Amino acid sequence: MSKEYTFDKDDLKKIEEIKSRYPEVTPAVMPVLWLAQDKFGHVEPAVQKLVADTLGLPQAHVQGVASFYTQYYKKEKGKFVLDVCTSFSCQICGGYEILDHLENKLGIKAGETTEDGMFSIQSVECLGACGYAPMLQVTNDKYVNNLTTEKVDSLIENLKQGKMPEFESIPMPQHETES
Amino acid sequence: MNIDWKNYKPILIPAIKDLHKIDVYEKNGGYKALKKVLSGKSKMTPEEVVNEVKDANIRGRGGAGFNAGLKWSFMPKPDGGPRYLACNGDESEPGTFKDRKIFEYNPHSFIEGAIIAAYAMQIQTIYVYIRGEYRDFIDMMDVAISDAYKKGYLGKDILKSGFSVDMYTHMGAGAYICGEESSLMNSLEGKRGYPRVKPPFPAQKGLWGRPTTINNIETLANVPLVINNGAKWFKGIGAETHPGPVLYGISGHVNRPGVYEYPTGMLLTDLINEVAGGVPGGKKVKAVVPGGSSTPPLRGDSLDGVRMDADSLREAGSMMGTAGICVVDETVDMVDFTWRISGFYHHESCGQCTPCRDGTGWLEKTLDKIRRGDGEMRDIDLLYEICTKMEGRTICALADAAAWPVRYALDRFREDFEARCKKTVYALA
Ligand SMILES: Cc1cc2nc3c(=O)[nH]c(=O)nc-3n(C[C@H](O)[C@H](O)[C@H](O)COP(=O)(O)O)c2cc1C
Ligand code: SF4
Repeated sequence: MSKEYTFDKDDLKKIEEIKSRYPEVTPAVMPVLWLAQDKFGHVEPAVQKLVADTLGLPQAHVQGVASFYTQYYKKEKGKFVLDVCTSFSCQICGGYEILDHLENKLGIKAGETTEDGMFSIQSVECLGACGYAPMLQVTNDKYVNNLTTEKVDSLIENLKQGKMPEFESIPMPQHETES
Repeated sequence: MNIDWKNYKPILIPAIKDLHKIDVYEKNGGYKALKKVLSGKSKMTPEEVVNEVKDANIRGRGGAGFNAGLKWSFMPKPDGGPRYLACNGDESEPGTFKDRKIFEYNPHSFIEGAIIAAYAMQIQTIYVYIRGEYRDFIDMMDVAISDAYKKGYLGKDILKSGFSVDMYTHMGAGAYICGEESSLMNSLEGKRGYPRVKPPFPAQKGLWGRPTTINNIETLANVPLVINNGAKWFKGIGAETHPGPVLYGISGHVNRPGVYEYPTGMLLTDLINEVAGGVPGGKKVKAVVPGGSSTPPLRGDSLDGVRMDADSLREAGSMMGTAGICVVDETVDMVDFTWRISGFYHHESCGQCTPCRDGTGWLEKTLDKIRRGDGEMRDIDLLYEICTKMEGRTICALADAAAWPVRYALDRFREDFEARCKKTVYALA
């Protein structure tokens, strides 16, 4: 049985506000896909259809956009998606070791989801935290920087208890010495 | 050239507590440049602003290093229809993590610069395109923008000048190619992020077919400095042909990685050894990628006298790019390193052009084969051949950006590649 997805009154209000930022409707696709993913956890075809119908656009267009961008989850993923950066700065600073450690710990490979639906692991491209390598991002949201295997272990424990990491502000070294 | 970097105090992101808050920014001279441009005796015409910025020679900090004011001057005369400024905060080039510092620590310098740019080009709408992974930074920008509206720096009739402009953030969703300016425009229009064939250039036919200028976040953050202090002052900072402060993102094998602000033209060796504290364990530098993954890697033993500006880096055989410097120590095999770069471009190619779509795949596959010990000497020639077939033959520069690191890694670190390759044995027919 396929689930029914709907936007509520607040969502529709927000969508009207989004539409007002652009001279036409099509540009609202990306922000509304984000809104949908934040609400439903993914943008499976049924959600894409909802977005298309709400904006009055062909479903094929919405699908085309959703499939182009990696951050939209076209299939449901784990509750926590761990995106481990392995691009070059992370590669040479131990990104793959962190990925290995996670794979062993959770018993899944990159691209897979644990059986209980808690965790997915992905090996991803540069997340713009090169000086804080190795690092990962949790479900398109918080960055966890300067990882060690111990830090990964405690992150997993915290996530199991539903505790998301907090935003970490990393000052410029010049500022630290001055203030 | 002698840069007194040890006594340099950051000006683009000064060390002022809570500078991201609009009140603190104002107390420290914030929005003074905008007031100077829009009101009072000092009021400047749009042309005057364009000329001052052009004279300052702020070279684009997004990678291509093009004079910002000169780019602005390409915008056609207003015809009454809409015109757009798209600010590029996609920041997805591996090794680059500097615009996020502006979002977090000095967002109003960028907002002020963007408003001045909009005035100079008679633009009514500004979009700030930020990569989707930067969710926290987007939230920070939304707060800063809303504060700027509240203070009357954005919106209708700004500072009673009659000039009006709106600003909105637009969140990406994971696609490096959307940093390429024409792809960014398609993405903003709610489409797949395919780069467009040029010409027409964005100034002629940009967002929704209307005149558009695209600038990097850091580029625009420099604009208030120029307006407040003049082009002459700005040109006195750093390298003569590539002046100004610049955010150097230093990553890889250094003791103190991070984003540092110094003038352009810094010696690469000073940045690595002094600023970033050298290589851990006293190891040797094997390679340096000076400006993001697209810029050709330099050999660690060829860094003497190389400065971080367009001319010096060109002479050394690389480019300034985004000034994202990745330092690679002697323990790294350049085959592995180059393979990972190729993997990135293969993953990020949008697939419109055959030389890029297939070429990036072939580069990655061939490098992987060598990496696994199955390569032969002729695979090195094959890699060169693939590069040649990719360079300069595609809609956008991603294909070149993918080919260069491979070509120059082969040229400069050939011993690493040969060590992993078997001799090619040709069967005699
Ligand atoms: C494949 C590719 C990716 C790019 N990514 C970025 C990016 O993430 N951020 C950026 O500012 N410029 C990026 N650029 C450069 C832009 O196309 C454009 O030149 C720049 O945003 C213009 O701003 P500037 O002149 O102020 O540097 C990229 C270019 C290419 C070819
Ligand atoms: S060069 Fe590559 S990324 Fe650029 S348009 Fe062609 S296929 Fe797309």
